[in-house]
Amino acid sequence: MLNFVMSYLGSTVTPGQAGNQFWALIYVLIIFAGVSVAVVAMNWIERKALAHFQIRLGPMRVGPHGLLQPIADALKLMLKEDIIPAEADQFVFWVAPLIGLLAAFAVYTVIPFGPSQAVSDMNIGILFMLGVSSLGALGIVVAGWASNSHYPLIGALRSTAQMVSYEVAMGLAVVSAVLMTSLNSTGTGTLSMIGIVQAQQQQGIWFIFKFFPLGLLAFVIFAIAMIAETNRAPFDMAEAESELTAGYHTEYSGLRWSLFMLAEYAAMIAVSSIAVTLWLGGWMRPFPNLLQAPAWQFTFSLFPGLTFLGLAAIAGFGTARMPAHSFFRIQRIGLGVFASLLGSIALLLLLIAVAGRSADTSIAARFSEGIDYVYWFVLKVAIFMYLFIWYRATWPRYRFDQLMRVGWKVLLPISLGVLIATAIVGVIIS
Amino acid sequence: MNAPTNDGTQDVSKRWLSEKPYLDSNELIINMGPQHPATHGVLRVILKLDGERVLGTECVIGYLHRGVEKIAENRTYAMFNPYVDRMDYVAAVSNGLGYCEAVEKLLNVEAPPRAKYIRVILTELNRIASHQLWLGTHALDIGAMTPLFYTFRDREEILKIFERYCGARLTTHAFRIGGCQYETYAGFEKDVKKFLTFVAPKIDEYEALLTTNRIWMERTKNVGVISAADAIALGVTGPVLRASGVKWDLRKAQPYAAYSDFDFEIPVGTKGDTYDRYLVRMAEMRQSLGIIEQAVNVIPEGPIMAKVPKVIKPPVGEIYHSIEAPKGELGYFIVSDGSTQPYRLRVRPPSFVNLQALDIMVRGLLVADVVAVIGTIDIVLGEVDR
Repeated sequence: MLNFVMSYLGSTVTPGQAGNQFWALIYVLIIFAGVSVAVVAMNWIERKALAHFQIRLGPMRVGPHGLLQPIADALKLMLKEDIIPAEADQFVFWVAPLIGLLAAFAVYTVIPFGPSQAVSDMNIGILFMLGVSSLGALGIVVAGWASNSHYPLIGALRSTAQMVSYEVAMGLAVVSAVLMTSLNSTGTGTLSMIGIVQAQQQQGIWFIFKFFPLGLLAFVIFAIAMIAETNRAPFDMAEAESELTAGYHTEYSGLRWSLFMLAEYAAMIAVSSIAVTLWLGGWMRPFPNLLQAPAWQFTFSLFPGLTFLGLAAIAGFGTARMPAHSFFRIQRIGLGVFASLLGSIALLLLLIAVAGRSADTSIAARFSEGIDYVYWFVLKVAIFMYLFIWYRATWPRYRFDQLMRVGWKVLLPISLGVLIATAIVGVIIS
Repeated sequence: MNAPTNDGTQDVSKRWLSEKPYLDSNELIINMGPQHPATHGVLRVILKLDGERVLGTECVIGYLHRGVEKIAENRTYAMFNPYVDRMDYVAAVSNGLGYCEAVEKLLNVEAPPRAKYIRVILTELNRIASHQLWLGTHALDIGAMTPLFYTFRDREEILKIFERYCGARLTTHAFRIGGCQYETYAGFEKDVKKFLTFVAPKIDEYEALLTTNRIWMERTKNVGVISAADAIALGVTGPVLRASGVKWDLRKAQPYAAYSDFDFEIPVGTKGDTYDRYLVRMAEMRQSLGIIEQAVNVIPEGPIMAKVPKVIKPPVGEIYHSIEAPKGELGYFIVSDGSTQPYRLRVRPPSFVNLQALDIMVRGLLVADVVAVIGTIDIVLGEVDR
């Protein structure tokens, strides 16, 4: 048993490849916890960033700078009375948020945080991803239908139509990226998420820059479609607050409502991960082929630690800046503890990086490498998450028919054109 | 599909009952409001929908009815003055101006020039405040959250000036019958001039966010079109009428207060769609800045109150006086029986009359446009219901 568990540590494939269910389960748990934490963090960051866009402060009361606000919210939502409308379809009403949540989380099984840092590497990874993530629409439709109310029904219908139509453009954009993976000596491409990133490494270029501007165009189409896919502003028709009060989740409250929110944010992270994997080199750090010297590798492996050090410095600065009034004492202590926590994480990461420098095969080296992969992946995804907030603060909402027009008459023809052009250019070059 | 036309030839009130959906589909009756985030208060709109397309609407009002006109019959003229502030509470100064001038006309007194200038300055400041609030909420309805906070930040400066002038921010009760009660405070001119230089770039900022924004243009262009003929037939006034291309502004057409002394343009639109109404209101804010700038430099010296008897007892008669409130023509019809209380007082609220145009504007559009059009008409339910 112990051998079975320990034997995986030296391997360079995903637990799914190695057939190691134990480590697969551990990875699943890590990803589940990580995504949940990311959603909570995203909740706080969105409220803070949005507030600063809008010359407000955002949450400031619960914990220093409102850091505990998401936890307070989660507690509140869990303690709320669980209301199911009398006229609603009880079972379907109950099951709808779970469908959305499952669909959003199931996607993470194939997202590669590194060459072996994934639950599994399917040879149809990207198809699995598109298929499962579009199941999220089902949760929304079912929620709208089961609520047996007008506004949720309209919201659900809108979101179905929206998701179905943007899936087409999204799929075509993905195909053009998959096509690029086949541009090697053997001429065989791959649908595996890990394979796609490795293809980018082999070809020495992120697909966003490949066949400029074809890769960029496909990426932009995907980036637009993924906002529509996740029902975020400016395509948040399904929950358009000013029109449909809250759209499909109007009748939901408490824990069920929070499951919808969790699913929405998890889906946002998931689609951003697809975009990062397909076009932005996934887990790869900048210039992995050019700057291959050990010195460079060491420099880049310091980045995670330095980032945490920076965050700790910000938190520490915030602690120092807090008013000296006794009212803020607890908050100051809290923020100080938070800063030192971040600082110790930074130190730990730096230590691992330094320890992993010398020997290539040691556990520390493997650890350092893995941290590096996850760091760059998360950093790229974080940029997308910030963009989601930025969009929401800046743009008005599209109208339903305009959204459809953009999807079918603009994005679809362009993505088809990009696909054909990519194929032609690919054939000519090879 | 037989998209309903807005040519104004049919009887608007009866039209929606007879209309058939263009597909063989069931209609959906949706009750929007009175508790809905985008109906600006307690407006209730019954929507008849075919899918997302609006076949007809019916406004149900009265949720904020306080019987202001009836209250007027039981109050003396001076006592009723604060009540008018509570009608259009985002443009209380305009309400007060209209009422005071109507009673002055009935009494046959005229406010002294200094009072008139103060009135013009405050009213125009209030017009900017009202338009700022309109812009913020209108943009919020269309989905742009951020302008709301910018406009509220800048509106605050206006409210600060009001507060320093008369102690109140919203329901100001700034004017009295015969003039103004308060002399301007020391530094009033300076504050106003500071505000002018402060707010001009802010208006550019709003425009930078919205005017050429693709989504904003798509959401507002050709949405809620109302022709000039329709608008006139329905009695629509204010920016809504001017956006349809009718150059009608009571400040020019029947100058009151000191408006004949100032130079300003009447911005008009061409198409009468939501985008035109947006542009007209933005231009109006700039024109108001111009008026204030002209006025604040030459406030004449002198008294601020005309000679008005302690007990106001207007002679028997009736009067209709209207002013250009931020939302349109605000009129007061007062019948005096010679006693200290009006025999009958009737308000012509611009919001109430403009709201009639909602149905003709949203017919054939989508649900999302209904909230855009409610926003663009710029109603305040306190004024609609009174």
